[in-house]
Amino acid sequence: MSSVQEQTGTAAGSSPPMSLRPSRPRHVEKVIHLGLILAALVSVATTVGIVLSFVPPNVEFFRQVPPLDFLTGTTWTPQFTPAAFGVLPLVSATLLITLLAMVVAAPLGLATALHLSEYARPRLRRVLKPLLEVLAGIPTVVFGFFALEFVTPLLRTILDPIFGGETPEIFNALSAALVMGVMIIPTIASLSEDAMAAVPNSLRQGAYALGSSKRQVSTKVVIPAALSGIVAAFVLGISRAVGETMIVAIAAGQRPNLSWNPLEGMQTMTGFIAAIGQGDVPVGSLGYDTIFAVGLLLFVATFLMNIFSIRLVRRFREVYE
Amino acid sequence: MKSSIVSRSTATVSLLLGTALVLAACGGSNGASGSSKSGGSLSGSVRVDGSSTVAPLSTVAAEAFQEAEPGVKVTVGTSGTGGGFEKFCNGETDISDASRPIKDKEKAACAAKGITYDEFTVALDALTVVVNKQNTWAKCLTVDQLKKMWEPGSKVANWNQIDPSFPDEPLKLFGAGTDSGTFDYFTAAINGKEGASRTDYSPSEDDNITVTGVAGSKGGLGYFGFSYFEENADKLTAVQVDGGGGCVAPSKEAAQDGSYKPLSRPLFIYPSAAALKRPEVLGFVEYYVENNEKIADEALFIPLNAEQEKALQAKLEALKAKTGS
Repeated sequence: MSSVQEQTGTAAGSSPPMSLRPSRPRHVEKVIHLGLILAALVSVATTVGIVLSFVPPNVEFFRQVPPLDFLTGTTWTPQFTPAAFGVLPLVSATLLITLLAMVVAAPLGLATALHLSEYARPRLRRVLKPLLEVLAGIPTVVFGFFALEFVTPLLRTILDPIFGGETPEIFNALSAALVMGVMIIPTIASLSEDAMAAVPNSLRQGAYALGSSKRQVSTKVVIPAALSGIVAAFVLGISRAVGETMIVAIAAGQRPNLSWNPLEGMQTMTGFIAAIGQGDVPVGSLGYDTIFAVGLLLFVATFLMNIFSIRLVRRFREVYE
Repeated sequence: MKSSIVSRSTATVSLLLGTALVLAACGGSNGASGSSKSGGSLSGSVRVDGSSTVAPLSTVAAEAFQEAEPGVKVTVGTSGTGGGFEKFCNGETDISDASRPIKDKEKAACAAKGITYDEFTVALDALTVVVNKQNTWAKCLTVDQLKKMWEPGSKVANWNQIDPSFPDEPLKLFGAGTDSGTFDYFTAAINGKEGASRTDYSPSEDDNITVTGVAGSKGGLGYFGFSYFEENADKLTAVQVDGGGGCVAPSKEAAQDGSYKPLSRPLFIYPSAAALKRPEVLGFVEYYVENNEKIADEALFIPLNAEQEKALQAKLEALKAKTGS
């Protein structure tokens, strides 16, 4: 309203210049603006709060356990006497399971995304996409029991004839990693597909016009163009794998084990936190502070990974008009 | 136009559904506590926590008690005997389940907070050593053999290291976590010192994980309370233990007459004096003790022998006299 008046004023050339501010202050707008800022700040405040809550137990922990022993020690027995606080068995288990899960999830997720984006007919796409969402909606504790009760016996029927004896152990990293990979597929597929859909059609059409096959368009045009989004999807998948608790707590075992053999049971960082949480150590004791030390390690790892992914995405990002 | 009509009716229907669900949820709980079952005069809540070995027994007692007294809510937790005492001596629970007597350190902690308590032996347990159903060679193990397997720093990784006549089968160990009274008792009885144990086995506060572990590993061996074995007798085999007097299998009789050495042990509940002042807690403890044989039978636990039963009832009479109920 006021800008129209402004224009007519200048057009007429006779009225004095008017302010662009609204004639009546709009309090509701200000309130809504404030409310939205507060809502956004809740996330920031929660993150800051979590970081701050980590500080006292960690100060206490590292006062009693030298950080070098913590980060480089290979025996993890914080509950027994004598207690050892070398976190490497937990870290190696987390790394191994994450790696195996990504070996499953990355190709399958990317292939699913490619299929949905480039190859699938609209009718098939309408069926496949919701099914993918259903897979994403299954609770992780269900995945955990699926790994323990179905995947492990299945692995045993496959691997026993080859390796002899009972392979793998009842609690093992391989079952957990395979199921975790399946759990991450929807995340990677969904984000990769969004990245591929954002590639302008003109690029594809140009390639087709030059006589490329669908495979060449997919691998040489679409994927490189969507690369930053795909990399972001992978990093998000890795973050999920590192932080996943229930599947490893149920299926991977409770025994800290510094080993690269996925057929053995091993306890991950998240599995340790879950196990101790169930056992109820006294608050304020060294055992209690150990949970926070491992939690801090997890937090730092995922934080660094997120920063790395942002940098990577920014480097690879191709902006189209 | 059409979208606003559809959205309005959807909103109404969902509001009605939501209200119905809320009413059903609230109505249900009100109905249960408001029903006039005979003898239901108490109300309140009783918090029980502690040993995962004793928990099945306390759960059966709680369920039976809540049928007689619907106004009382009894919750049974499984933080382990040690974890339970931590909470108990902090005043957070009313009754502590324990699969071993209270330690001096815990007594001091309770005294520091001014918490006094009573000790009731409510059942017996035959701490059972279990192996996989396919394990046909280890029918009886001596205490020395068990010690060789479980002592701190033990490097035994194969059954044939225990006894050369055993086959070449990797030994997979599962057991109780360090907060567990079962852990304390087993290490004290077998290794001679409470808390002394090798560390490279699969520990868990949840005995069901031990069941899964041993049942899924041919060379598996684990230990937990007798009731867990009885419930999973189709998946596991109990090993006879030779404590110096020949091989004895864990059983009700062997625990009651003390022949299952050294792994038969009493199970306790520790109600705090402050909690016993509340009628619902006192009522629960009285019910528990008076019906302890029935409860033990139902929970597949080993009831006390005649002598211990007499001592227990005498203790209850003393408590009743003290509280004047």
